[in-house]
Amino acid sequence: MDYLNLFTTVQARGPVHMGSELPHGNSPRTGHPGLWWILGKIGNAQIGPIYLGGLGLASLICGLIAFNIIGMNMLASVHYDPVQFVRQLFWLALEPPPPSYGLSWPPLNQGGWFLITGIFLSASVLLWWVRVYRRATQLGMGTHVAWAFAAALWLMFVLGFIRPILMGSWSEAVPYGIFPHLDWTAALSIRYGNLFYNPFHALSIVFLYGSVLLFGMHGGTILAVTRFGGEREIEQIVDRGTASERAALFWRWTMGFNATMESIHRWAWWFAVLCPLTGGIGILLTGTVVDNWYLWAIKHGVAPPYPNVFPAVVDPALSLGVKP
Amino acid sequence: MAMLSFEKKYRVRGGTLVAGDLFDFWVGPFYVGFFGVTTIFFAFLGTAMILWGASQGPTWNLWQISIAPPDLSYGLRFAPLLKGGLWQLITICALGAFVSWALREVEICRKLGMGYHVPAVFGVAIFAYFTLEVIRPLLMGAWGHGFPYGIYSHLDWVSNVGYQYLHFHYNPAHMLAVSFFFATTLALSLHGALVLSATNPGMGQVVKTPEHEDTFFRDTIGYSIGTLGIHRLGVFLAVAAVMFSALCIVISGPFWSRGWPEWWGWWLNLPIWSQWP
Repeated sequence: MDYLNLFTTVQARGPVHMGSELPHGNSPRTGHPGLWWILGKIGNAQIGPIYLGGLGLASLICGLIAFNIIGMNMLASVHYDPVQFVRQLFWLALEPPPPSYGLSWPPLNQGGWFLITGIFLSASVLLWWVRVYRRATQLGMGTHVAWAFAAALWLMFVLGFIRPILMGSWSEAVPYGIFPHLDWTAALSIRYGNLFYNPFHALSIVFLYGSVLLFGMHGGTILAVTRFGGEREIEQIVDRGTASERAALFWRWTMGFNATMESIHRWAWWFAVLCPLTGGIGILLTGTVVDNWYLWAIKHGVAPPYPNVFPAVVDPALSLGVKP
Repeated sequence: MAMLSFEKKYRVRGGTLVAGDLFDFWVGPFYVGFFGVTTIFFAFLGTAMILWGASQGPTWNLWQISIAPPDLSYGLRFAPLLKGGLWQLITICALGAFVSWALREVEICRKLGMGYHVPAVFGVAIFAYFTLEVIRPLLMGAWGHGFPYGIYSHLDWVSNVGYQYLHFHYNPAHMLAVSFFFATTLALSLHGALVLSATNPGMGQVVKTPEHEDTFFRDTIGYSIGTLGIHRLGVFLAVAAVMFSALCIVISGPFWSRGWPEWWGWWLNLPIWSQWP
């Protein structure tokens, strides 16, 4: 129990680090770093400084505008009653336009605000993407974080932009709201014959669970070799030490295969990135290429047959002319 | 020999929990140990039973093979082999193999002078499986409440059980579990990407240091948790995802048998709402 290393027991308080040097053309960093004891229990105690810059500022402003439009629409939906706003907050939503508007521009209270929110939210995340890319290159680092972020943006834009356009209606987009977006998810799944039969949905879940498994394995392994300095991963990558060797041998002896200190991070990156990447493909195909994933699964011999406990029922989707 | 260049000096005797030196050896890259033998035993027996069960079933289609638990009418009794008895024995074998595997990891940790974090975290995953296949069926009074062993049949189980509670997304523990699953994946992508971006900075650039890693995250979001902290965070997020998953299914049925959207009524009916105009 002495070496679990779950918390930092003795916190060293040194001078704060203002950050590596930035090349010309960058703004100065914002804020005086502070030391938070509670943060220091699990990680770095230092909070701040932050690099704001033009991109960051523009992104935050766009994001705040989107956030406020959503909030004001929710507030309007309870007739500006602050008590009901808090009471019903999880049920409230800013909904997309009704299907009758197709891809045309609806009145503000018929989904117009929803589209405006989408524009600002998109601008916000895209500006943030450029910012992440810029911060990496300005520090002379690779752009791996930005490209992983791009995978998440792919899923977001499939859900709210690409698929609605392919379906010919903004009404297909996901509403902004806590319970409403969950309702949307369940409704989409049922409307298209249960998304569990969508092979790309299955792959996405595999990578989601796989990512959790990998972080459990990797985090556990590194914590287990911190007594040998295993958390200094970059150092271990360029100059392998006993921490890397033990970590590698642990998995080699356990399952006959091991990653290296560098390659485990490639496994991590790909598992995490493939989760939204495959998920986005699955959503993109739903309703555009495949009408009913259950019938698709029957057609391709994937869905298992069950004993006929109840009288045979024809899938109601078939009578509506739905094709697998 | 399947040995890495530096491996020989690490292959020392000792560290076993039981059976002393008896199984203290390697086969190829694999460490054996007493628990390696029990793992092989349970895994072989369980797999053989799945294969035999499949041979007695209607299909060899890999996606469709399914070994179902007993009918609910059997309650908590043993069922005939082809009527769920196989499922019961396979569950015992699976638990035997999983626990053996975890204990074998403990022995390997002891041999390498490592902490027990990996087997401990694996233990949480085993606990989630145990919750699904043993604790919840016990609380519900029938083994038939376990999920079947089949690629698509277990998805059908998840779907059906979810709709039994009308809309499972409204289960608060499920909400937390999904949030932790997403958060773990986000954190994993950030960690993997950060290490790769520091060690692969592009042609002609020198490899960067943890100071650059910290600077990148402070520049971007104002905080960097650091090289040690990210692994603690990752383990915490992953464990929380699995623990809340176990919680969300064990409360469904034994402790809440109506639709999950209905559960939120307590919030809408809090007495405080009528205190204000």
